[in-house]
Amino acid sequence: MAKKRDYSLVGEGTRRAIETGLASAEWYHTDVSRKTMKELMQRSDGPAIRDTLIWIVLILGSAAGIIWFWGTWWVVPFLLVYGVLYGSSSDSRWHECSHGTAFRTRWMNDVVYHIASFMLMRNPVQWRWSHARHHTDTIIVGRDAEIAVMRPPDLLKAALAFTGILDFRYSLPTLVRQAFGKLSEDEKSYIPEMEQHKAVIAARWHMVVYSATIALAIALKSWIPLVLIGLPRLYGTWHMVLTGLLQHIGLADNVTDHRLNTRTVYMNSISRFIYWNMNYHVEHHMFPMVPYHALPKLHELIKHDLPVPNPSMWHAYREVWPVLLRQLKYEDYYLKRELPPTAKPYRGEFHDLDITAAAAE
Amino acid sequence: MAEWVEACAVDDVDEEDVIRFDHGGRTFAIYRSPDDEFFATDGFCTHEKAHLAEGLVMDDIIECPKHNGRFNYKTGQAKGAPVCVNLKTYPVKIEAGKVMIEIG
Repeated sequence: MAKKRDYSLVGEGTRRAIETGLASAEWYHTDVSRKTMKELMQRSDGPAIRDTLIWIVLILGSAAGIIWFWGTWWVVPFLLVYGVLYGSSSDSRWHECSHGTAFRTRWMNDVVYHIASFMLMRNPVQWRWSHARHHTDTIIVGRDAEIAVMRPPDLLKAALAFTGILDFRYSLPTLVRQAFGKLSEDEKSYIPEMEQHKAVIAARWHMVVYSATIALAIALKSWIPLVLIGLPRLYGTWHMVLTGLLQHIGLADNVTDHRLNTRTVYMNSISRFIYWNMNYHVEHHMFPMVPYHALPKLHELIKHDLPVPNPSMWHAYREVWPVLLRQLKYEDYYLKRELPPTAKPYRGEFHDLDITAAAAE
Repeated sequence: MAEWVEACAVDDVDEEDVIRFDHGGRTFAIYRSPDDEFFATDGFCTHEKAHLAEGLVMDDIIECPKHNGRFNYKTGQAKGAPVCVNLKTYPVKIEAGKVMIEIG
């Protein structure tokens, strides 16, 4: 069956999104008074400094454990902890600091942003712009540069994402290409011309550090430098994928209501520390000015207007699995989440996507 | 030709906050700084069409509610990605408890 969707950012999907008014559209927001929103938006260095100190201590401690126990089975738990901190929790730090909401002090956001970008093998300039686009045009085909699972879903690719192999294979060559001064047409579509040279310089810095790491590994005749820098992107990325895939997978595309295309999932406290509360993802997309530490409060305030959250990651994956299977055959099919009676209804046109034929099969 | 127009009453704007002001088909943002001075800029972010009046004022910074782009609302200076184009500012004066802005 021919694919209906063109996810290129400079293709037919882009043209359609612009023509139909889906690009840079007005989005639905739950009513929150200015006074309350101002309180929720307030920045503070305290929570992020506390969490970052814990993060650094855990990273350094687990790295020390890896070095100390290298060559024995005792290294495994340290690899597990270090890998997730390096390869997964860096994603939420990157994300929150890209918004500039983690810390009140700007340079603190920038320092953590650049460190986390490096850990993720992400060009900090490119990804700042791609994420801005993701917020402007969330899951709008042809516009959003960060659609993790496209339709029809490639389930093998989604499964392999947990190993980090595909992302590694994409991210490293991308940085190498950018370091040689080449940006793709998609990248040029969302990075302003005046910023493009910064993306090249950032990629070169990343390459310098990776080259130094490889040189150190060769000089020491040891895998340890690579296990600590670079390879965690493979063995520690699974938690980022586990939590991140749930943000939008299986939900509607080409709509302008985050309640339809974004998912909030209740999670355990460890995952929430790793993920910095991004499990409250509808709330984050609706109000990206609210810092991660205020998202639970925002959730309590507006949950009457949102679909009921999935009570666990397991529940969310069980719910979405049949939807993904159906999308293999009917890519227009999606999971429409029910609103509580207290919520304002979805706008009529969002109901009218043709999923009835697929549902009837 | 430039003209002074009444934007709002002084008390309409909280300290370290911003409100929206529409006039002649245009939208402006009126700020009250923490040291009780008033400023005015264009009402929309220069990055994408978002109302700055829904953003957050911190000291002399206005942060856009959509992508967290930051401007110095006193000078209009864009403070870095994702905003690259400065914000237009307008002269402000206070007369009889009213905030007046000069619109060109």
